[in-house]
Amino acid sequence: MPKVKVYGIELDVPAGATVLQACELAGKEIPRFCYHERLSIAGNCRMCLVEVKPGPPKPQASCALPAAEGQEIRTDSEMVKKAREGVMEFLLINHPLDCPICDQGGECDLQDQSVAYGRGGSRYHEEKRAVTQKTMGPLIKTVMTRCIHCTRCVRFSEEVAGVDEIGALYRGEGMQIATYLEQAAKHELSANVIDLCPVGALTSRPYAFEARPWELKKTLSIDVSDAVGANIRLDSRGREVLRILPRVNDDVNEEWLADRARFLVDGLTRRRLDKPWLRVDGKLQAATWAQALAGVGKVNPGSSIAVIAGDLVDAETMFAAKALAGALGSSLLEGRQTGLAYDTSNLAAMAFNSTLAGIEDADAILIYGSHVRDEAPLLNPRLRKAVKKGAKVYLIGPWWEPTYAATHLGDDAGAINTLPDDVAAVFANAARPAIVIGGGALAKGGLGAGLAFAERFNLVREGWNGFNVLHFAAARMAGLMLGYAQKGGIADIVAAQPKLVISLGADEVDWSQFAGSLIVHIGHHGDKAAHAADVILPGAAFSEKDGTYVNTEGRVQYAEKAVFAPGEAREDWSILRALADAFGVSVGFDSFDELRAAMIAAVPALGVEGLAHYGALPAAPEGAHAGGVIGYAVKDRYLTNAIGRASPTLQRCSAELIHGEIHAEAAE
Amino acid sequence: MALLDRDRIFTNVYGYQPWNLPAAQARGDWDNTKALLERGRDAIIQEMKDSGLRGRGGAGFPTGMKWSFMPKESKDGRPSFLVINADESEPGSCKDREIIRHDPHKLIEGALVAGFAMGARAAYIYIRGEYIREAETLFAAVAEAYEAGLIGRNASGSGYDFDVFVHRGAGAYICGEETAMIESLEGKKGQPRLKPPFPAGAGLYGCPTTVNNVESIAVAPTILRRGATWFSSFGRDNNKGTKLFQISGHVERPCVVEEEMSIPFRELIERHCGGIRGGWDNLLAVIPGGSSVPLVPAADILDAPMDFDGLRAVGSGLGTAAVIVMDKSTDIVRAIARLSYFYKHESCGQCTPCREGTGWMWRVMERLRTGDAAVEEIDMLQQVTKQVEGHTICALGDAAAWPIQGLIKHFRPEIERRIHEKGALREAAE
Repeated sequence: MPKVKVYGIELDVPAGATVLQACELAGKEIPRFCYHERLSIAGNCRMCLVEVKPGPPKPQASCALPAAEGQEIRTDSEMVKKAREGVMEFLLINHPLDCPICDQGGECDLQDQSVAYGRGGSRYHEEKRAVTQKTMGPLIKTVMTRCIHCTRCVRFSEEVAGVDEIGALYRGEGMQIATYLEQAAKHELSANVIDLCPVGALTSRPYAFEARPWELKKTLSIDVSDAVGANIRLDSRGREVLRILPRVNDDVNEEWLADRARFLVDGLTRRRLDKPWLRVDGKLQAATWAQALAGVGKVNPGSSIAVIAGDLVDAETMFAAKALAGALGSSLLEGRQTGLAYDTSNLAAMAFNSTLAGIEDADAILIYGSHVRDEAPLLNPRLRKAVKKGAKVYLIGPWWEPTYAATHLGDDAGAINTLPDDVAAVFANAARPAIVIGGGALAKGGLGAGLAFAERFNLVREGWNGFNVLHFAAARMAGLMLGYAQKGGIADIVAAQPKLVISLGADEVDWSQFAGSLIVHIGHHGDKAAHAADVILPGAAFSEKDGTYVNTEGRVQYAEKAVFAPGEAREDWSILRALADAFGVSVGFDSFDELRAAMIAAVPALGVEGLAHYGALPAAPEGAHAGGVIGYAVKDRYLTNAIGRASPTLQRCSAELIHGEIHAEAAE
Repeated sequence: MALLDRDRIFTNVYGYQPWNLPAAQARGDWDNTKALLERGRDAIIQEMKDSGLRGRGGAGFPTGMKWSFMPKESKDGRPSFLVINADESEPGSCKDREIIRHDPHKLIEGALVAGFAMGARAAYIYIRGEYIREAETLFAAVAEAYEAGLIGRNASGSGYDFDVFVHRGAGAYICGEETAMIESLEGKKGQPRLKPPFPAGAGLYGCPTTVNNVESIAVAPTILRRGATWFSSFGRDNNKGTKLFQISGHVERPCVVEEEMSIPFRELIERHCGGIRGGWDNLLAVIPGGSSVPLVPAADILDAPMDFDGLRAVGSGLGTAAVIVMDKSTDIVRAIARLSYFYKHESCGQCTPCREGTGWMWRVMERLRTGDAAVEEIDMLQQVTKQVEGHTICALGDAAAWPIQGLIKHFRPEIERRIHEKGALREAAE
């Protein structure tokens, strides 16, 4: 713990801290452009210069200088003031002053810092530099003339994303940031460079010229595009969500967000179900709420009712539907739409027990039937960090390109039973071994095999639990906690031949199995389930309702409502409450608060934000057999849910980045 | 008190004899190198320290002390490396070139001796990309040395394994900066690294590394053979030894010559270069150490001793001892403006003050050259150079600022004259 003095304030700083961190601990703001907590130190912007004694009689870059015992740091001396003014002036001489037409305006580090630390006037009378336009794909808009060469984007793609996509070309004044051969940035986290860019060089292409930051209402929410549950902020104006940004949560998403979560925003206003529909003579016809509810009510299902929950729904909606089915005497609930039927009797065997942050400490990891980059893009940087710390990674399932060294052990789920000796030795000798079981393995009996693996290598030990299931659906863990699982999966529901099936946004189900049932679809997008439905009751998307979500770790998180649902659409819980009236049963709640209270009474863990406790892992089942070639559920990483499929941006990503179509740029 | 022929280290600097191994051996290179190594690492480093040799690459850091920073033995299994800086790109400098093309075995033997002294596994010689013939010679010389068993496994029969690799640069001045050179050797964009960590702790491939200039390495075997006392008998205190001076510009006979350190400027020019073109009265200014040191006007330089301290006393530096002599026919503003262009062109672009400042300084210099400027802009330019100097990761920012500072310090009246002249012309035209 070196003791330093920051402008007279004496304080102890942690060993290994930099002078910049010491200054922040002392409450002194240090301006910076290139420095970022989650990236390596570049020290190239020179904005964070401070005066340090003892040391050479010139200002020092505080981001790169280790704090040492007895240092005296001055952050507001004449030397520092001059140095900052100088650097600011240099940054601005070749920066176009086009703030009025720049999307970064209002949230631009360069603007803010030039006001705070700049000189106030320009002495530069030469011609400014202009940089030819660069292409970075459908998500990132580039105006490279504005670039201040902080290289945050370069470091992000190299260090966090693990791909060498963005780099610097040429040298000196002519240095340019570009993608290799001007190809589109393709990896699944590429758009995070938009947040990292301190100026308007890299901005969001779909969001271009949409709004100014001060016009936006900011709502805290949870991402539903996968089971990681990234913390997000919805920026809305009026009745429309205009953009989605990540929030900082070191336990979940650090401060990154997957592209498909960030850009599904324009899907929220397209293909929406905004009025009720009734199927009359085989054709869907628009109806009023009264007609639609009466249409459902006159079918008297009795206890022959089933509920299938989709991937995006919140716990409250599922609990309300469960209450409705329960009031009618049914417990036919299922959330695993595509037919998975693993044993759900012990939730500890369902969760990502190492936690997303904890997996970084693992030293041997088996990825079993999961295409991590597609199914949980935010987990991949964590695994990469583990590898950087020395972890060995093995992969069972069809090969995909990780961004770190990994060894392929075969495509067949049975490979887990026949590990080569050297691999087995690695796991046997590891201090913190872990397995990550994905949907691909769960479909091939991988859960039992995974539990056997956990027993064989003692994955659960003092201070460490290396047994992890990586789900893909945002609704999965909450659904399992609420009992949305049949022993035989969705096949049990098909076999029960229910008179009435309620779909809670269940767009991935093969609805032809339910030809004999009346299908009531409560959802927000005109997707697969809407085509199959007999009655469509328009509901709210995740941005239009308060809700509780549980991520794959079992982390309970709350999302807030940003805007109202469009047209006549209603919040899902109120639709289910109205259906209870239509069926003439009581579900025991009349308001959202009552619903939430009832839900928490039934499942107390849902009332506590943070990790739910599921107890100990079960013993591996006798005679568990895993086998068969693993297939991954995600076929197209951008179009994984109804909102994404409705989004023009993600459609274009899919066409351009996955299917290689070439989009002509108009007038460029 | 001029340097006698018998005291010259570089006896083939003009290439009158072949460069190859037999000729080099005839000149005394590779003469029982094994015995040199048998003195032991500490003795070699001590001898180098005693000799007072200061690094010949420009900064003048004591060579023996630099070697002593290397770890005595590897605690974690990492090897150590010696990197030899042959990326001689400083305008005016041409000494390493003469060494490599006419006396490469001095360098290779020096690499072995220095590498042994610091416990290095191998030496990497990073040679400037434009030195094509020199690189060919060096490749051939290294091959000869391997062939003769002088380097490689059991180098020179000493029992020490030592490899020498030659790596060609691609034409970037900044790769002459030691950490940028290491980046470039690793296959990355040649940009200087932040220090600390210093290369002696984590350099090439993260291993302890020392980067030395060609001349510093090439003189080492001779110093060891003839003794520190001999070497330190030349030059003033703190500026010992002999040095290759490279005199270019407006002298009668430009040349590269080995001389004692601390030889007065006038004597150096008179003895080896046949005097200033047009006589001593015609001397305008001298850049005594390569393009990155400030110029010195004629009156100050005449009797200045050509060494680190003597030139610092006149507001400049010895640098690489690349003496650029300018007579009164020189457009001094244009000369410095051209240097500014060089630094603008060679800035790596990594850190802000240098990336943006070098271009700004060059553009203002161009206007000062033609007089299209206001007198206040001279002061502004001075301030800009101060904003660059000392604010960058490496010394290129300083190197870009100093020539301009030297010009403004000594030739401000000339700059003002041009501005006034141009202004008067403009007024007359109106």
